[in-house]
Amino acid sequence: MSDHKTMTLTLIVWRQKGPSDPGKFETYAAKNITEHHSFLEMLDCVNEDMILEGKEPIVFDHDCREGICGMCSQVVNGLPHGGQDRTTVCQLHMRKFKDGDTIYIEPWRARAFPIIKDLVVDRAALDTIIQAGGYTSCHTGGVPDANSILIPKPIAEEATDAAECIGCGACVAGCPNGAAMLFTGAKVSQLAILPQGKAEAAARVTAMTTAMTECGFGNCTNHYECQASCPKGINVKFIARMNREFLKAQFA
Amino acid sequence: MILDGKCPTGPIEKSWDKHCFDLKLVNPSNKRKYNIIMVGTGLAGGAAAASLGELGYNVQAFCYQDSPRRAHSIAAQGGINAAKNYPSDGDSILRLMYDTIKGGDFRAREADVWRLSQVSNNIIDQCVAQGVPFARDYAGYLDNRSFGGAQVSRTFYSRGLTGQQLLLGAYSALSRQIKAGTVQMYTRREMLDLVVVDGVARGITVRNLITGEIESHAADAVCLATGGYVNVFYLSTNAKGCSVTANWKAAKKGAFFANPCYTQIHPTCIPQAGEYQSKLTLMSESLRNDGRIWVPKKKEDIGKLPAQIAEADRDYYLERKYPSYGNLAPRDIASRSAKEACDAGLGVGPGGRGVYLDFADSIKRLSEDTIRERYGNLFEMYEKITDENGYKRPMRIYPAPHYCMGGLWVDYNLMSNIPGLFVLGEANFSVHGANRLGASALMQGLSDGYFVIPYTIGGYLVTVKPGAVKADHAEFKKSVEDVNASTKKLLSIKGKRTVTEFHRELGKVMWNDVGMARSKESLTDAIKKIPKIREEFWNNVKVGGTGAELNQQLENAGRVADFLEFGELLARDALHREESCGGHFRVEHQLPDGEAMRNDADFSYVGAWEFKGNDKEPELHKEPLKFETIHLAVRSYK
Repeated sequence: MSDHKTMTLTLIVWRQKGPSDPGKFETYAAKNITEHHSFLEMLDCVNEDMILEGKEPIVFDHDCREGICGMCSQVVNGLPHGGQDRTTVCQLHMRKFKDGDTIYIEPWRARAFPIIKDLVVDRAALDTIIQAGGYTSCHTGGVPDANSILIPKPIAEEATDAAECIGCGACVAGCPNGAAMLFTGAKVSQLAILPQGKAEAAARVTAMTTAMTECGFGNCTNHYECQASCPKGINVKFIARMNREFLKAQFA
Repeated sequence: MILDGKCPTGPIEKSWDKHCFDLKLVNPSNKRKYNIIMVGTGLAGGAAAASLGELGYNVQAFCYQDSPRRAHSIAAQGGINAAKNYPSDGDSILRLMYDTIKGGDFRAREADVWRLSQVSNNIIDQCVAQGVPFARDYAGYLDNRSFGGAQVSRTFYSRGLTGQQLLLGAYSALSRQIKAGTVQMYTRREMLDLVVVDGVARGITVRNLITGEIESHAADAVCLATGGYVNVFYLSTNAKGCSVTANWKAAKKGAFFANPCYTQIHPTCIPQAGEYQSKLTLMSESLRNDGRIWVPKKKEDIGKLPAQIAEADRDYYLERKYPSYGNLAPRDIASRSAKEACDAGLGVGPGGRGVYLDFADSIKRLSEDTIRERYGNLFEMYEKITDENGYKRPMRIYPAPHYCMGGLWVDYNLMSNIPGLFVLGEANFSVHGANRLGASALMQGLSDGYFVIPYTIGGYLVTVKPGAVKADHAEFKKSVEDVNASTKKLLSIKGKRTVTEFHRELGKVMWNDVGMARSKESLTDAIKKIPKIREEFWNNVKVGGTGAELNQQLENAGRVADFLEFGELLARDALHREESCGGHFRVEHQLPDGEAMRNDADFSYVGAWEFKGNDKEPELHKEPLKFETIHLAVRSYK
């Protein structure tokens, strides 16, 4: 496993100095890449070479590099996170590519995510949606014993399915409408499914969908690109659930 | 100086309640007059900022990521301990305390650990109320699993995503307070200095990572919840942005750094594949519940496929050496045993750096579906990285730096020796002693954040006049000048080696000489090598771009510069501690069977170091440890 032939790849990368710069694609070569390099390690290698040559390295967001923090955000060959099933770009490995491939790398593109520099975008709008109501209004302390409200396994599991969202924004980047409905729907559903969240369900869905619209996100027209892009495989049924909660809230 | 932890006296069972009663309170209408700075928004910082905001204080919270939801607490997989005793298997607050003290090899404070164990139960209640989806049974009750170092099932979990779910719970509470206006959130900011005025912590200097602007923030108290420092080893399971910088800046302003040599090497990580590797990935040690660890008995079997190695030719070394705990022996023991097997030439995979973690027996006993239900995401993660199917052939694992028990010294109120500077979570040294048990990091972060600091900080704030020092004070200006000067210097070197090259070089020294097995020779050697790397760094590092923009090279350079100073302190602490305990293993101090040999007569103390300048030796201050509830004993897991 330490053997390895190496690959040479052509990278066509979006470079943009700042929010007001028009930005353009630049071409680079990635050399001596093995199949065990992660995609970001491949970019590290390219950047190291560029630093030594006195060029400005490609700026990209990343942190945990194990697919859970949601910081990394690149569109690879037109697909958020590179299109491997349930995989963030930091967990994508170069064995999915072959020697001589050309790879296009772009930032998330959506009206609600202004580009900061190169592949780094501003995703504060996702925090704004959560701040609008993505919580239960419990106080620190003064809550009942954890087993006092029973939650049968299938319900806990369904809530967990929704709660797995890492807030990376791939769903928005993948959506032709730049919608954040999968992101919002996942949080609305998680808390609507659980008894602890039911009391505020109507107010929550109203506030969160309003924030979503105000932040400049689009609406869902059932392309399901969000689910296909989601590195955690969050199901579009949570959008349906959010729509149902939204309708219910109108009569509440 | 002999340090006083200011722990409450009297019966341990009443110690925290009594202390809470003794603490002076801040009048509700006065709380809004106080400003509190919270640096870091992981489990400890996020929970603390939310709770303090809810109490009515004005909180300014800072994180280097683009959102407070991304702190590395999120990567914890396995679970969180609590003494609920839901399974009725003999657990209690006292037993959780006992296990934690023993697991930490008798190098933690009893009172702090009692408090942690006591509030552990409140944490579970709190998280459930927030909508954290813990694992449940069909009747709706919470489920528990076992973890290393315990003989009861007290670990609550949410698939392999417990850290994520708990962090998102804290983040949701924090978001609610941001919306309410009690917490002002500053993302993409990195703390580059602590501002101390007349010996009291009064604020911080931060860099706006997007614009490069250096900002001053003043407050009545500063809390650091800035995580751990094991990226000093370069390769670790921490996120790339994790650094010692905030803690080290505080240390350079006079905060004592306690027990830096207590680092934890986690036994179940995916082995390194190549030189280019940027980080190591951990798989929850809960895998050790159902996986059996082994290496081939004979060297000639090493190249073979694991399935071709007969049962009789496999050495299940943890089961052999520790029959009562077996594969669930504590982390330090499991890690060191793996290293011993590999050092003996029995390791598997690239470079012989790996041991097998085999699920074949459990799959036979329970079915592949059950294993998938329990650990599916971990098997998926393993396959993504290694391209191997863990259900079909044993996984390969190897230890990796993962967590630090050491951190800034704090008293029982979580206040450092600098008045007004509080330290929470992994960033402090307080409860894990020389080794942390699994599922206890999340417990400590949330304990400090939800249930300790909201009480103890009040006891300090009532003694200070709110808003006494503003951000236009001369010390703030001086701090900004210092930060600017350091930035300018880094950018002006224009050398020939990248920041990462230096970090990798430091990491190799730390791993080889200050890693799992340390000796007087290796440590002395490291103390000679590190200043040389540091010197070359300041003469030959290449950092491009400017300070007035998003510049990741510059961010990284600052962090590595601090590691290059701190790494030396870590080695010095390891050299001074002439004993083996928990994660600190000195080859000179071991029992005939290779177990760690503590020296309670001479080293039953917290070693807290005072920075005296890079060219001077740091000064050691001691806080003696007393064991009145749990009796000192040789730690045995046989």
